[in-house]
Amino acid sequence: MKKVLRVFGVFLILLAVVCAAGCVSTQQQEPTQLKIATTTSLYDTGLLDAVQDYYLDKYNVDLLITSQGTGKAIASAMNGDVDVLLVHSPSQEAVFIDDGYGVNHRGIAYNYFIIAGPADDPAGIAGMTPEEGVATLKALGDAGTDGIIFVSRGDNSGTHSAEKNIWKSAGFNYTAQITGCGPWYKETGAGMGDSLTTAGQLGAYILTDEATYLTYKKNNNLSLEVIINEGASLLNRYSIMTISPAKFPDTNVKDATDFTNWLISEDGQNFIGAYGVETYGKPLFTPMSTLNDSTLPPFNIDCKTPVVIPTA
Amino acid sequence: MGEITDGFLEAITLIVTMNPELMEIAGRSLYVSSIATLVAALIAIPIGAVIYYYDFRGKRTVINLVQTLYALPTVIVGLLVYLLVSNSGPLGSLKLLYTVNAMIIAQVILVSPLIVGLAIAALSGLDKEMKYTTMALNARAYRAMMTLVRETKFAILSAVVLAFGRAIAEVGAVMMVGGNIRHFTRTLTTAITLNTSMGEFSTSIALGIILLTIALIVNFGVNFFQHYNGRMKDD
Repeated sequence: MKKVLRVFGVFLILLAVVCAAGCVSTQQQEPTQLKIATTTSLYDTGLLDAVQDYYLDKYNVDLLITSQGTGKAIASAMNGDVDVLLVHSPSQEAVFIDDGYGVNHRGIAYNYFIIAGPADDPAGIAGMTPEEGVATLKALGDAGTDGIIFVSRGDNSGTHSAEKNIWKSAGFNYTAQITGCGPWYKETGAGMGDSLTTAGQLGAYILTDEATYLTYKKNNNLSLEVIINEGASLLNRYSIMTISPAKFPDTNVKDATDFTNWLISEDGQNFIGAYGVETYGKPLFTPMSTLNDSTLPPFNIDCKTPVVIPTA
Repeated sequence: MGEITDGFLEAITLIVTMNPELMEIAGRSLYVSSIATLVAALIAIPIGAVIYYYDFRGKRTVINLVQTLYALPTVIVGLLVYLLVSNSGPLGSLKLLYTVNAMIIAQVILVSPLIVGLAIAALSGLDKEMKYTTMALNARAYRAMMTLVRETKFAILSAVVLAFGRAIAEVGAVMMVGGNIRHFTRTLTTAITLNTSMGEFSTSIALGIILLTIALIVNFGVNFFQHYNGRMKDD
């Protein structure tokens, strides 16, 4: 029996050590907490983890960041489960604000989506505009041309919204003409990384944000190359909103306001602009403040005026 | 293939160097799933005993229902708990969403049916004679039930270990109600999901190996305990 007790004792001590390690690191000197809902493609770049550490150090505010697809991020914001929403889907943001859920909307950064595809570019769309490119893919795909596949996120994410916008400006009705239109158009319903892996395995074309593309290219021998990377519709704009206290009075509007102001401050903008250089050799995001006037199309958002604490 | 070997190497490096973020995540996984399994066991074993002990109309249906709940999808449990504890849900004022406690609640719901069902199965394996003798010898029903549960403690312990395995390996529910928040609600499984979507495949494999190692240690501990006690009884 003694032996059993000893073994169990060791086991329990191990358990306790592991548990204690878990507890100690969650007990800092009582920082306040700001809950942020964001999208996977932004979170997966690691930018927000870097911001989290920096912000806690400097302002003693814990950023509780939960990353979900844009659809779910917005849904949890509409349920009042978070204080701040950080997304990249202008059309969904506009609805959110018009419905009275969001205030203090500010642009923080941008970069560009790219259309990636097989290196030999079987559809021959390199050098086209995004609209011409997808129209060509659609024509070839509908004709049943061998080796023409397009992989779509198909999950109402910000990237999926951007893809739908490109189809729209290319003159197609997405629901009627694109989704489910044939075996060449494959919807994964998965995150950006998973979808890129799928596209790589199939030798397909795909719309992707540059950061995830670079990560997968670097870490996982992704075989796809950049085919199209210029065009206004490839703009990927990131912005922040505070959940309106008129809808949910008990959210943390004070820290939300401070955080928004930090992101658009010189310090915050420099932080964003410097992120990724070390790992990818180039920044992943362009700070919004580098534009002369971000309120003009295609950006259409204020990125300079400090926000004030909203009231109900 | 490269990713798998890299994963092994990374797992070993992470464990040997006691990587603080990893220790924190592994500790949280262990904490959440142990508490959840313990709470579930405290709720589910008595329920199982009561269902076994009494004969009542619809008993088979109840047992079938419990067994059906073994297949409860983790995301559905997550969604239900999310809707309950969301700020606009009925328990919103408790501010449970995106906390470790919400994750524990979700896992309790997830694994309780498993323990109830397997406890009933274990008890049903007992000799009928034994049940009636115990009933006759104990004036109070709960004493009789306790005696019967004690008789099947190894089988029930196995059920609890199985429940722990389901709890610590599930990702849908903890992702939904915990939100995978770094330093707060990130567990091994949600970290695996995150690292996979970030393209850090070898880190995911490493975390998977660590999760399996924890499961192995727990199983080993329980088996050892069972074996040793079994031998004591034979002597």
